[in-house]
Amino acid sequence: MSVTSPDGQTTYGLQIQPRMGFFTDTSICIGCKACEVACKEWNLVPEDGLDFTGNSYDNTGELSANSWRHVAFIEQRMEFPVQEAGVGTDFRWLMSSDVCKHCTHAGCLDVCPTGAIFRTEFGTVVIQDDVCNGCGYCVVACPFGVISKRELDDDGGMHKCTLCYDRLQDGMEPACAKACPTKSIQFGPLDELLERAQGRVEDLHEAGVDDARLYLDGPEDGIGGAGAFFLLLDEPEVYGLPPDPVVPTKHLGEIWGSALVAGAVLVAGVAAAFLGAGE
Amino acid sequence: MSDTATTPEGAVSYYGKPIIKGPVWKPEIPLYFFTGGLSGAAAVLALGARLTGNEVLARRATLVNAAAITVSPVLLIKDLGRPALFLNMLRVFKVTSPMSVGTWIVSGSGTASGAAAACEVFGVLPRGKLAAQSLAGALGPFLSTYTGALVADTVVPVWHEARRTLPLVFAAGSAASAGGAVAALTPQPFAEPARRLAIVGGIAELATVTAMEKGVGELVGEAFEKGKAHEFGRLAKAATLAGTIVTALAGRRRAGAVVGGGLLMAGALCERFAVYHAGKISAADPTYTSLPQKRRLASAQQQGQ
Repeated sequence: MSVTSPDGQTTYGLQIQPRMGFFTDTSICIGCKACEVACKEWNLVPEDGLDFTGNSYDNTGELSANSWRHVAFIEQRMEFPVQEAGVGTDFRWLMSSDVCKHCTHAGCLDVCPTGAIFRTEFGTVVIQDDVCNGCGYCVVACPFGVISKRELDDDGGMHKCTLCYDRLQDGMEPACAKACPTKSIQFGPLDELLERAQGRVEDLHEAGVDDARLYLDGPEDGIGGAGAFFLLLDEPEVYGLPPDPVVPTKHLGEIWGSALVAGAVLVAGVAAAFLGAGE
Repeated sequence: MSDTATTPEGAVSYYGKPIIKGPVWKPEIPLYFFTGGLSGAAAVLALGARLTGNEVLARRATLVNAAAITVSPVLLIKDLGRPALFLNMLRVFKVTSPMSVGTWIVSGSGTASGAAAACEVFGVLPRGKLAAQSLAGALGPFLSTYTGALVADTVVPVWHEARRTLPLVFAAGSAASAGGAVAALTPQPFAEPARRLAIVGGIAELATVTAMEKGVGELVGEAFEKGKAHEFGRLAKAATLAGTIVTALAGRRRAGAVVGGGLLMAGALCERFAVYHAGKISAADPTYTSLPQKRRLASAQQQGQ
């Protein structure tokens, strides 16, 4: 019997589990950052600077080795029919808890030269920090800017959300989803979450929130769909997300092809240098 | 009216913050792109010289090849932090990771080049020398070009868009710098193939860099015109052009070969730094990530209608 993981590889055999993921419904995020705190506590993620950015209530800034959940705050002069911001009717607040997308075609996993990054039996993408050598290739292979380096003196490795791999193995939900007081972060089998998300979008459209749309919910995008997808109320780039992410290894054939051609051209050049000099 | 930051080109962003993370690589990495490239082309030159019976040239090229490849892992380890971390990459081989493939190329060609150079210096094992030289020569072209594939296989806009031309730019720079270095160290008339390689490499570098800068498109190509990418790019073009001319006109005299070779090496080195900085610049500005993606979505939608 063969079992196929989300990226199309046959692996894990009978140990394979249903693909698990996150559905982050940003329409009900209240910006409490309980997810950030719960994640830090459970995963022992170190402090990431205690700075005031001046960007609304977002003092985390971005996802990084030391921030595995990041709540974005966007202030817009725009009406939001189901939100009372208390500062007039022409104002809306968008909040969204961002996280690693656990891509179907994960660039970080593809380019990792040590095998430190692997796909778990739950279809999630995890870095083994004792294998990671801190080369930094995954950092620039991620279309979402999720991964960065935790700097240590002569060491330091890459870190990101593990979708609480340890908790999953014990049948528990990830810390962020557990702590979320509004169920903006939902955890479960991906197919169930997708079905629920479709219903939620339809409900929002009926309620007059025409901007509601799902992000990274389908296999037809440049990363083959994500294990963590979102319901957004504006264009992805408003939240700092790429509008059409593509895994760099999608063009691997072309890339290797041009390296081989260039190598052949170099050989031809050297050969020509000798032939020309032989006269 | 949105309070979110809008870039000059009209792309919406989250407080102007980058969407992707820029490279964490230190300047050792573009320096390695130079030494590795030089080493690879020198290995091919050494093998060519050996096969055509030009032993004087072969000796110089073999030693240049070995010297450049000896520096390379030192630079890579310096970027990683400590030597043991390099070994982590020798536990797997992955075609989807140009860095993994490259690790094996560097390790293989480094061992072969070192063996060939040792045989050359001590004057022992002629057959072993030829075998080692052949392996180094066979891996050499890919040692010179895989680094282009490595940076192209990322989401850094300017690198990924240059995926077709980057390996050619690196191959040309490798030929120019290896030809220049070996020609400078080799007495005439034995240096002639190296001198020709230097000239061909210099011309090819000027041509491929222009093709690369045009090929990435107008928007993403802006990265080449900004900051350190622009400064290094201008230096690279000037040095490569001057080095090519000096090598062509005065390269048959030792002084001319030394000056020309030095300029060609400086040109190839600066071009690697231009590419490195252009990558950093294009990653730091969300416009270069989001705007091409928006345009791609829009044109896909248009085609769908």
